[in-house]
Amino acid sequence: MKLSGAEIIIESLLQEGVDTIFGYPGGATTDIYDVLEKRPIRHILVRHEQGAVHMADGYARASGKVGVCLVTSGPGATNTVTGIASAFMDSIPVVVFTGQVPTPLIGNDAFQEVDIVGITRPCTKHNYLVKRAEDLARVIKESFYLARAGRPGPILVDLPKDVLKEQVEFKYPKKVEMRSYRPTYGAHSGQIEKAGALVQKARRPVIYAGGGVISSQGSAELRNLAEALSIPVTTTLMGLGAFPGTHPLWLGMLGMHGTYGANMAVAHSDVLIAIGARFDDRVTGKVNLFAPEARIIHIDIDPTSIRKNVNVEVPIVGDCRDALTKLNSLVQKWTKQDWSKVRHPWLEQIREWKEGHPLAYQPNGGKIKPQYVVEKIYEVTRGQAIITTEVGQNQMWAAQFYHFDQPNSFITSGGLGVMGYGFPAAIGAKIACPDRMVFDIAGDGSIQMNIQEMATAVANNIPVKIAILNNGCLGMVRQWQELFYEKRYAQTLLKGNPDFVKLAEAYGAVGLRATKPEEVTPVIKKALSINRPVIMDFVVCEDECVSPMVPAGAAMTEMLLV
Amino acid sequence: MDNEPGVLSRVTGLFSGRGFNIESLCVAQTMEPEVSRITLVTQGNEQIVEQITKQLNKLVNVIKVIDFTHTEFVEREMALVKVRAEAATRAEILRIVDIFRCQVVDVSPQEYTIEVTGNEGKITAILDLLGHLGIKEIARTGAIALARSKKEGSLKREKIKG
Repeated sequence: MKLSGAEIIIESLLQEGVDTIFGYPGGATTDIYDVLEKRPIRHILVRHEQGAVHMADGYARASGKVGVCLVTSGPGATNTVTGIASAFMDSIPVVVFTGQVPTPLIGNDAFQEVDIVGITRPCTKHNYLVKRAEDLARVIKESFYLARAGRPGPILVDLPKDVLKEQVEFKYPKKVEMRSYRPTYGAHSGQIEKAGALVQKARRPVIYAGGGVISSQGSAELRNLAEALSIPVTTTLMGLGAFPGTHPLWLGMLGMHGTYGANMAVAHSDVLIAIGARFDDRVTGKVNLFAPEARIIHIDIDPTSIRKNVNVEVPIVGDCRDALTKLNSLVQKWTKQDWSKVRHPWLEQIREWKEGHPLAYQPNGGKIKPQYVVEKIYEVTRGQAIITTEVGQNQMWAAQFYHFDQPNSFITSGGLGVMGYGFPAAIGAKIACPDRMVFDIAGDGSIQMNIQEMATAVANNIPVKIAILNNGCLGMVRQWQELFYEKRYAQTLLKGNPDFVKLAEAYGAVGLRATKPEEVTPVIKKALSINRPVIMDFVVCEDECVSPMVPAGAAMTEMLLV
Repeated sequence: MDNEPGVLSRVTGLFSGRGFNIESLCVAQTMEPEVSRITLVTQGNEQIVEQITKQLNKLVNVIKVIDFTHTEFVEREMALVKVRAEAATRAEILRIVDIFRCQVVDVSPQEYTIEVTGNEGKITAILDLLGHLGIKEIARTGAIALARSKKEGSLKREKIKG
């Protein structure tokens, strides 16, 4: 049976089990929208294409499925670049379909034409320009495969308008055969043995886990390993939730704004087990001073991450869950020991560090402290919500003061750090998980970057809750100016902020405000009781700094404000 | 790598994006029409070369990466050299061409165009000599290479690298 290119695309998406698309129509994609209207795929109409990509990203992280976007050519496509780059840095499976001018016009500076494949080449895992309708089904099958396989990432598919009209036979391929892309999933048993041997002799081991554990759904195996051998665990920003934040072996997040306990433990470790993490500069501080005495085991599905920044003694290329399962089996075969007794001196030392310098802030009688807001959100939601964040101080406080016990609950733009990510991501997450509470913890600067998506939330009745830590300034940059530029505050005061309550109401949502500490909990509870999108404007102290802080270029142990 | 539009751009984009330098580059189709071969010369310490190899392998369109650093290989490069050839130097140029077993492919009263093929050492040597006589223009290809075949029963000899 012959179908048009547009019909083939929709049929292929249905074959892939797609039930939701985030998009915004335009001249180049009208044929697809014409077909889409009659098919059982929910289309969420956004108000800016950047919002569409962040929504697909949040949807993917919350559900574990591939997020899908559809935008038009030219400006529609270029508006997706930030979102694509963020998904690329954080390894999130997203497929972005962009319209394109008809093939004879490509390269002609046509109306709304842009070389989006060229522009996104460095920030997509892979991309395609489909020149013939007969390639569509195969390209889409490959796109979904690539988005998920190995280290996940964003795929872009550029669709010229004449290809959408072309009529060809449709047959959806049963398998994908790509000889040029065969990621290694199975961890090498010899390497696992070597890792096991190192861990067995370790006296001060630490597990450093990252987003890879969550992508591979290996949280249970991670917990088994840590508990079996009484090894303390820290995670990166992307790994929060991979290990329960309320567990006795939990050290807290590590890195530039990590806890004192986590940073000291890693700095003094003799064996560091890195799983699904990439030794990013926010974690290592000065690289040649990072974990100086540690022998490093590095488990990662992407070989390029191994030995990129630090010297690794036992590299293991493979899926985190697979490697952890094999490691656990190996450990089971060892002669039984009371590992908690063996580990006691190390865990005692760690307890001293943790208790000596816990995460804390000074309460201020009259004004609300931003950390207090996050703590109260944690209490009221009993740690069960999905939390998305914007970027900056709001992001760091959310990571520090909300304790995540399950994976796929903390959704943040870690690698690229996109202000304006959290709100659309929250919408995507709520669509993926309608039965969970979803909060976006935002700053007054960040929330304005994609505030237009409030229309999307209201139109589709997606009852996300936005908590704005409103300090009237660009907090994190202001903090740097305070600490390193002798308080020369340049362009970090956000004058002209709207009244966020009135703004919410203008969109048809609900706006609540708290200006005193005792108003915080009631506002949160009220927001949760309303089944509509809610903005909570928390007017907070402007001069709070995120602490601890490892200054750029310093070693992890050189923390300030502890 | 797959012989598709844009793949070369991916490879070169990878190098520039990550700050690796390409000293020379040569690309063409292989015997399989869907596969091309790209030969790149780059330099770096062991860690950098390891990263480059891994990053290339990660590209979806790259089928296989061969690192020639520690292998025995045959290397060739070609250059077309337009050399100033006045009455006094014409004979000398032809002698050099003869010694290096090159070809003169174009002639005029003022200049010769010479085609040189060889490994990097040979090209550098002849360019050095011709340079003294006056090179007007030069076009070089990138280097290409193939690994040497394993030979049965040959003595292992230490190669002294110049």
